[in-house]
Amino acid sequence: MHNVVQAVILGVLIGGVYALMASGLTLVFGIMRVINVAQGALVILAAYLSYALFSHLHVDPFLSVLVVTPVMFVLGVLVQLVFVRSLRGRDSEELSLLVTWALALGIEGVLSLVFKTTYRATLPSYADKTWTVLGYQVEFVRLMAFILSGVLLVLLSLLLTRTKFGRAVRATVQNPTAATLLGVDANRVQTLSFGLGVSMAAAAGAVYGVIYPFNPGSHYDLISRLLSIVVLGGLGSLGGAVIAALVMGVTEAVVAVEWKPTWASFTYFVVLIAFLIVRPQGIFGVKERAL
Amino acid sequence: MTSAGLARAAAFLAVGIAFPFVFPAAWLVNIGVLTLMYAALATSWNLFSGYTGYVTLGQVAFFGLGAYTEAIVFEHVAIGSGYNPFYVLPLIGTGVALASLPVAWIALRTRAMTFAIVTLTLLFIVQQLAFNLHSVTHGSSGLMLPTPTTFGVDTYDQPFYFAMLGILCVALLLCFGILRSKLGLMLLAVREDEEKARGLGIRVTGAKLTAWWLHVFVTAMVGAVWAYYLTFIYPESSVDPLVMIGAVLMTFLGGRGTLWGPVIGALVLVPAQQYMLIHLGGGEGYLIGYAAVFVVVLLLMPRGILPSLRDVVLRTRERRRTRRMEARPA
Repeated sequence: MHNVVQAVILGVLIGGVYALMASGLTLVFGIMRVINVAQGALVILAAYLSYALFSHLHVDPFLSVLVVTPVMFVLGVLVQLVFVRSLRGRDSEELSLLVTWALALGIEGVLSLVFKTTYRATLPSYADKTWTVLGYQVEFVRLMAFILSGVLLVLLSLLLTRTKFGRAVRATVQNPTAATLLGVDANRVQTLSFGLGVSMAAAAGAVYGVIYPFNPGSHYDLISRLLSIVVLGGLGSLGGAVIAALVMGVTEAVVAVEWKPTWASFTYFVVLIAFLIVRPQGIFGVKERAL
Repeated sequence: MTSAGLARAAAFLAVGIAFPFVFPAAWLVNIGVLTLMYAALATSWNLFSGYTGYVTLGQVAFFGLGAYTEAIVFEHVAIGSGYNPFYVLPLIGTGVALASLPVAWIALRTRAMTFAIVTLTLLFIVQQLAFNLHSVTHGSSGLMLPTPTTFGVDTYDQPFYFAMLGILCVALLLCFGILRSKLGLMLLAVREDEEKARGLGIRVTGAKLTAWWLHVFVTAMVGAVWAYYLTFIYPESSVDPLVMIGAVLMTFLGGRGTLWGPVIGALVLVPAQQYMLIHLGGGEGYLIGYAAVFVVVLLLMPRGILPSLRDVVLRTRERRRTRRMEARPA
């Protein structure tokens, strides 16, 4: 029992970070029906940026979020302007899937060129610090990563519910045509929210490097998780993504402890498939029509 | 079949059969094998995704399953060497395709983007299975197949070349048959508006599953030949996302929903791919080059070569006709 509770704690902490990455993915889908397959590669890119800042300039990885996130926001805006916006017409959804996949390959290639393919890890002095609460171990960095993710997710939802920009975004999600007729600049909303989605990946990536070792190829593992999270949560639903990320974190951690670590992510995929039999549209998703 | 279509098919078959005899150099036949392999993969991707509009990103999972089935059968059952392993291909294709149906039934309950993602998940599931089922797949250390010794050193690649050519012909015949059959009409109806098609009494699930079955059948056979050709497979190589994206890219380049589009795409891209592999090395340069080609194709020619060409031809014909009409006195 002790082991299971310990695993649940671990799973929730990790799930929080995945929730942050997935929030950007599902937000972008909700607004412009684009699945950004490069989200995983962008997380890894941010992890490398933070790693470089840490190893050359000795910037604390949690502080580097303040630098990495704005940089990646600008990058996200550029990606939207150059690659995503130029796709038009009836097939733009599938085309965007493939274009962002190509982007992911490109990022992987550039990162392997610059950093080589050896595994790296950002290891600040407090990397091994662990607190013991009521007999359960809580790693300091994972707790910090969870808190950071939580704060950013709350900020994101405040931005979406309390500001004029947020209202424009939600209007675009519900009905793009009506939103445009009411004076929402759809292009501006799309570009900015793509940047916003990428900066969520960036913030999560900066701390990802502290928790896990990574190399340029790590984005495949990440994107397979992120995609299955947003599908389980229901495409476009922020709350769904958060719940699904926690479900994934806890499932994997419990399976790893009670059974075998190698079957952890496999079990989550099986949970996903089984859930889709009952509810094809995901937890909070809306039923999609065929293309 | 129209006479032009018949001529196209005959020309393709003639060139396909003559190629390894005209250019017997091993490296050229090797590129030929890869080109035909990708052409067959792209054609069978087109058979399902091009006609139904459901984009699958999990096809390479069944390529890997076919490869592993061939290797595992080799290890446990004596099916002989030489040409014998080619004769079990239809069995492997049938078996893998039947086994994929329950998963396909679940996946096909989802729509559009969700379907693309669920099938992409299948790719990662099969790769994990290949890693984890250590007792049959030997995990990351991979599986060896016996090297056929009867093929001769100079003509070693030829049997594999003709096996791939045969599978490609099967795939093309299936596509051709479907395009002219009631099933083809049903699939097109699904692609245009599935709800309406269902409302008109079309058994949409049955039609989709039939197309799915056929595309896995071809894909698994291609995987099995590939495994026998390389004689060594491991999880990352047999379930490779790059192969998946290659097949999709070729279909997009040639033209989705057309008969010859995927073949043309493969004819253009596989030699280009091999050229880049030689000149940029197998690592990061190749990845960047591949990504660049990909983006250029998608941004500049999202509809593909064949549909664009057809547009040009139709437009010139139209222009000529109007000119003739204008020239005629009223």
